[in-house]
Amino acid sequence: MFEDTILLSRIQFGFTVGFHILFPTLTIGLGAFLGFVEAMWLITKKDVYLRLYRFWVKIFALAFGMGVVSGLVLSYQFGTNFSRFSDVTGHVMGPLLSVEVLTAFFVEAGFIGVMLFGWNKVGPRLHFVATLLVVLGTTNSAFWILAANSWMQTPAGTELRDGLFYVKDWWAVIFNPSFPYRLFHMVFASYLTTAFVVAGVSGWYLLKRQHEEVARKGFALGLMMATILAPVQAFVGDEAGRNVAEHQPMKVAAMEGLWKTAKGIPLIIFAIPDQENQRNLFEISIPKLSSLIVTHKWNGEVKGLNEVKRADQPPVLPVFFGFRIMVGIGIFFIFVAGYHVVQRMRKRLYDSRWLMRMTVFCVPLGFIATWAGWIVAETGRQPWTVYGLLRTEDSISPVTVGEVATSLILFVLVYGILFVAYLMYLGRLIRRGPESVATAPEPTPEAMQGARPSSVVPRGDAI
Amino acid sequence: MIDLPLLAAGIIALGVIIYIVLDGFDLGIGILLPLAGSSAERERMMASIAPVWDGNETWLILGGVVLFAAFPKAYAIALPAMYIPIVAMLFCFIFRGVAFEFHANASERHKSIWLVAFSAGSIGATFCQGLILGGLIRGITVRNAEFAGGPFDWFSWFGLLAAGGMVAGYALLGACWTILKTDDKLQLRAFAWAKSALFMTMLFMGAISIATPLFVDAIAERWFGGAHLIYLAPVPVVTVIAAAFLWQLLEKQAEVWPFRLAVVLFILAYAGLAISMWPYIVPRHLTIWQAAADPTSQRFILIACAFTVPMIIAYTIYAYRVFRGKVPEDGGYGH
Repeated sequence: MFEDTILLSRIQFGFTVGFHILFPTLTIGLGAFLGFVEAMWLITKKDVYLRLYRFWVKIFALAFGMGVVSGLVLSYQFGTNFSRFSDVTGHVMGPLLSVEVLTAFFVEAGFIGVMLFGWNKVGPRLHFVATLLVVLGTTNSAFWILAANSWMQTPAGTELRDGLFYVKDWWAVIFNPSFPYRLFHMVFASYLTTAFVVAGVSGWYLLKRQHEEVARKGFALGLMMATILAPVQAFVGDEAGRNVAEHQPMKVAAMEGLWKTAKGIPLIIFAIPDQENQRNLFEISIPKLSSLIVTHKWNGEVKGLNEVKRADQPPVLPVFFGFRIMVGIGIFFIFVAGYHVVQRMRKRLYDSRWLMRMTVFCVPLGFIATWAGWIVAETGRQPWTVYGLLRTEDSISPVTVGEVATSLILFVLVYGILFVAYLMYLGRLIRRGPESVATAPEPTPEAMQGARPSSVVPRGDAI
Repeated sequence: MIDLPLLAAGIIALGVIIYIVLDGFDLGIGILLPLAGSSAERERMMASIAPVWDGNETWLILGGVVLFAAFPKAYAIALPAMYIPIVAMLFCFIFRGVAFEFHANASERHKSIWLVAFSAGSIGATFCQGLILGGLIRGITVRNAEFAGGPFDWFSWFGLLAAGGMVAGYALLGACWTILKTDDKLQLRAFAWAKSALFMTMLFMGAISIATPLFVDAIAERWFGGAHLIYLAPVPVVTVIAAAFLWQLLEKQAEVWPFRLAVVLFILAYAGLAISMWPYIVPRHLTIWQAAADPTSQRFILIACAFTVPMIIAYTIYAYRVFRGKVPEDGGYGH
């Protein structure tokens, strides 16, 4: 019974946080993109930037709304499902999450109204400030959430006294060893995902020869962003990985599928980890390459899962495959970015139908890579909630298995319905495309009258 | 020496009352939506809250996380105890929130589905808040500094009364907001809604005031023990006077003051509740001092609040000012 409550609570948290992360991943990057586009509009006064803004802000609004409601769940779920964790880590997690709400959530929520509905009320400059504040909010949110989550991975600045964590040094808590790497890795993941969403949707229009002016701009900007970010992300990811190897060696062992500590370990391309018998099945590997990646030496030693008791090993299978999916997508992104550079140099950027097809294919990949990465990070932390100090089994709430099972089933059902609706409306916005004529926002009396309902979207051509 | 727990409790109390008033009126819009006369009226009511509801809901998140930060013991006991109504409330909020976004994007046929979801979510979330409140008044079973009751412990008859009272009260706020933000037929309708909602609110408030001292001895002692009633009597007396005043204003069809007076009414009811609960944060188990976090953590969060809460209040006021005045007849603000 108790075992089931642990497992179901973990699944529920993983499921709800996994659903939630889809939306910040898009809004962090898309917010920055919107800020850039609006700045370009203010500087160049070119219509195409305004039209880009007006189109992508609708998608931003949709994802933002989903992010708000799915985020609300999380701030309460610490208490409902992991109350012992909340009690033990309350001195650390509570303040970090509070500061996130105070300095990020409020800023976003306070200015999103002006950003979405304020065009005719505040004038272009103030509107730009509102956009920037929303961007500041989303990015700041990532900062504090990653600080809290990284403290769970590499706890620092605290001491455990009478079963509770006490903070000795806030600076050390926030800037704990894994935090900078993980923050940049996540923010870049978000930017990279967005870059391919923008490029992919634009590529789709180009393939269909629709909205070409706006699509060309989006295509070029998105791919440019991706070309800068994809290699940078690979570098940051590598640094993050080396940091994990230093502080959470068992997570790396699971990522590499390494059962025994060894020197000069191979890079396993494919295998099916068999945790029961502590071995890999159907292994295909390249000699020595993993040692080179993890330690930057051909014969570097990497710790294997045999270093700890069976009960202290993370579940290997999801970590192992999550890591391969994430890295595989990252490599594909670099390939697409490179192909884009080639086509650009051949001056065939807007003629290469293969490039367009590839970017369309890339639209969901960033989200999948982000998911996979989080599975690596969080499943790899098991069996601990605070790495090495607090076990998951000592973290959950004294609630019944029936309560958790019921809420989990409902979450799966409800989120399933919402996700279908979200994709449907996203598809509708994308099919409809950017407005053909950009109406420059002027605070005119007619505009104040507002001929539209409260929607962010004109409903003229609603089906 | 500053009394940190008292200050933290004060901030949570402030956050909760701001939440109740702000989200109260937009939940109230959801509660009243089915009563609107036409789809144009419904759109107008939705438009009146479109730019602000995100911000309003954030105060609920603040309440949750500051409770976690400043009183982790209370957070860890109360949330598992209220597992079912809290999760149910979250589901209602999810539906309500996405319904708002989806309704803006939906075709005419689907629009009505999302409006129903918005309304049902608003009513459900409000109802759950009442049940949670009732559960807290009833008390939580605590053993070894942990929740030790069953999954349905939160249920109580006055929980249902509180739920009814919350629905009526939020509807009152929503109706007064509609009076403030609209005109013509819809406004006339809102005057009628406000009167019924006021009547129901007072009825429920009266019932709760009678029921809680009867069922919970500690609350009876708080109000009627010793000479307490002499000091505390002004609260219920002023509440009744405020309600009478509000009724008068509604009769005279005042536009601005009903909302203000409805807010006053809520603050008074809240004060009454605070008197019943004081000084406990988990009723009759943990006082705010017993549940308090380590001073290092409380200081951190209080400093953060000292810097940010005034700013938040300032830009919230700014956002409301940007969208001040009546909502246009046939739609929203454009974008």
